[in-house]
Amino acid sequence: MPNPLAEASQSPTEELKRSSAADVLAGGVPGEVSAVRGYLLSRGNSAGSDRFFAGAMLLCALAIFALVALIAVELMTQSRLSWHAFGLSFFYKFNVDPITHLPLFWDPVNGVFYALPFIYGTLVTSLVALCIAVPLAIGLAVFLTEMCPLWMRAPLSFFTELLAAIPSVVYGLWAIFILVPLLREHVNPVLIAIFTEPTLTHLLGWTGLFGDNGLFGGVNLGLGLLCGGVILAIMILPIIASLTREVMRSVPNSQREAALALGATRWEMIRMAVLRNARIGIVGSVILGLGRALGETMAVAMVIGNSPEIHLSLLSMGHSMASVIANEFSEATSDMHRSALIEVGLALFLVTIVVNAFARILVWAVTRGAPARVQ
Amino acid sequence: MGVGIEVKALNAWYGSNHTLQDIELNIPANHATALIGPSGCGKSTFVRCLNRMHETNPIARVTGTVRIGDLDIYHDISPVEIRRRVGMVFQRPNPFPTMSIYDNVCSGLKLNGFRNRRELDEIVERSLRNAALWDEVKDDLKKKSGASLSGGQQQRMCIARALAVDPEVLLMDEPASALDPVSTSKIEDLIFQLKSQYTIVIVTHNMQQAARVAEKTGFFLNGRMVEFDSTHKIFTNPSDKRTEDYITGRFG
Repeated sequence: MPNPLAEASQSPTEELKRSSAADVLAGGVPGEVSAVRGYLLSRGNSAGSDRFFAGAMLLCALAIFALVALIAVELMTQSRLSWHAFGLSFFYKFNVDPITHLPLFWDPVNGVFYALPFIYGTLVTSLVALCIAVPLAIGLAVFLTEMCPLWMRAPLSFFTELLAAIPSVVYGLWAIFILVPLLREHVNPVLIAIFTEPTLTHLLGWTGLFGDNGLFGGVNLGLGLLCGGVILAIMILPIIASLTREVMRSVPNSQREAALALGATRWEMIRMAVLRNARIGIVGSVILGLGRALGETMAVAMVIGNSPEIHLSLLSMGHSMASVIANEFSEATSDMHRSALIEVGLALFLVTIVVNAFARILVWAVTRGAPARVQ
Repeated sequence: MGVGIEVKALNAWYGSNHTLQDIELNIPANHATALIGPSGCGKSTFVRCLNRMHETNPIARVTGTVRIGDLDIYHDISPVEIRRRVGMVFQRPNPFPTMSIYDNVCSGLKLNGFRNRRELDEIVERSLRNAALWDEVKDDLKKKSGASLSGGQQQRMCIARALAVDPEVLLMDEPASALDPVSTSKIEDLIFQLKSQYTIVIVTHNMQQAARVAEKTGFFLNGRMVEFDSTHKIFTNPSDKRTEDYITGRFG
């Protein structure tokens, strides 16, 4: 009777063969130091090169700290003049125009420099951009990783990444000639109709978002905060989409199989196994997209209207921190103007840090107590 | 209670690779059936055809009939429906790392909109007891993540997760191959107890394991089923020379 339970026994000749093979590899006669071993022994402990390598890498890492510190110091020293003149009020105060009685934030000719509209414009356009880009990007990433037919995958990825490669000034031009008219003729009228619709205004007026002074009140020029937000959304879409796709792709297939084997439909599987596991990485990619949106200059400067005002309406003109620096720096004739612009730059730097910190706290809150990823 | 499985003229492909060729097989209800064979012989593909997981790979293709109970799973029913009734345990434990132990076990039920708290509690406890894991985890069901358990515990939790939806068939694809001997013997005990209530199909590399847990054993080789008989017959007096060569360790 054949016995399946018997372990294959290790034959002694096997053992012998293996040891002689090792000797041959090492250089022949057992007991003698072979050429290979002699060479390896002559190499010493190689500690010197290791130390050099460690030092060089440490230097690269420290350079980052030095760079950030240098930028911060430079911004602070250069903006000292306006900081001494306005102090913290630079960020929240405004004058009142004697003729129109409207708030007056920024008037280089008369030496009025308050930065609130730029901060407002930057935050609002970035927020609009995130609201549009995040769902699109996640949808695109889900399509690319989970349901895209193979032949379409490469071209679609390629074109998504191509969006990121287009220079922002080209986006700006495209926005002026295509996006602005499109918004003005087709999109804005619909939004205005919805947000000034009498019944809705009556019902939801308490939110402050509806009616003529609401989110889509005022003159429809096409240019403005909404347009800036839309162009930013298109620009950050590829960043968020490609990072999200990478995160989703790194979710192990065993997770998908676990969900499918329980009778999940494709969408349920994506929600349960993919999005749930990838959520931390998705938040991370959104933060990176936000970082780009906050700092983006040219395309926004071309469509935001460049007027230092604050209005709730997304149709109104605005200004952003990056675009005011780009627009006015070369023409800043007074030292105060120049210094104020640098302080706006410093504020942009700080806002970016605050937003990043806030995002990190958010990530921490979302993931608190969350388990480690499976390997 | 489990139901029988009837396989007729089953063929499966990965791309141009013909991994299963004309498989004919009757798997009895409420028994454990083991599938053995060397790596790459098609036994994993075969169990994946029994809950239509095979076709989740875009290059995979299947022909033939598989009847589970009185349903032809490739014609009468959608893949999602059949997978609700046929549980599966994979080679490597695959808990959902972002879910607690509790949520892992009832994920199949919650997925299908089962929301009754009290009943969920009962099912989770029963499933974990059935999977011999209850005593080890009952104190931190909702506190600990499913991924924080040891490998053997994770695998038993995955079994509990499969049992929670009360399947008619339980497919196990080398459920103990990534585990240590102690966990392995726990899983085997488990299979031994569960087979009176479920139809169990277990793929294994370990012939002792097949001999210990299964009444019926099928031997696969190069995409074909060489022999299918009672486990005792296969291991003591196989009819096919190739089966004998394999179980005596002459190859594979």
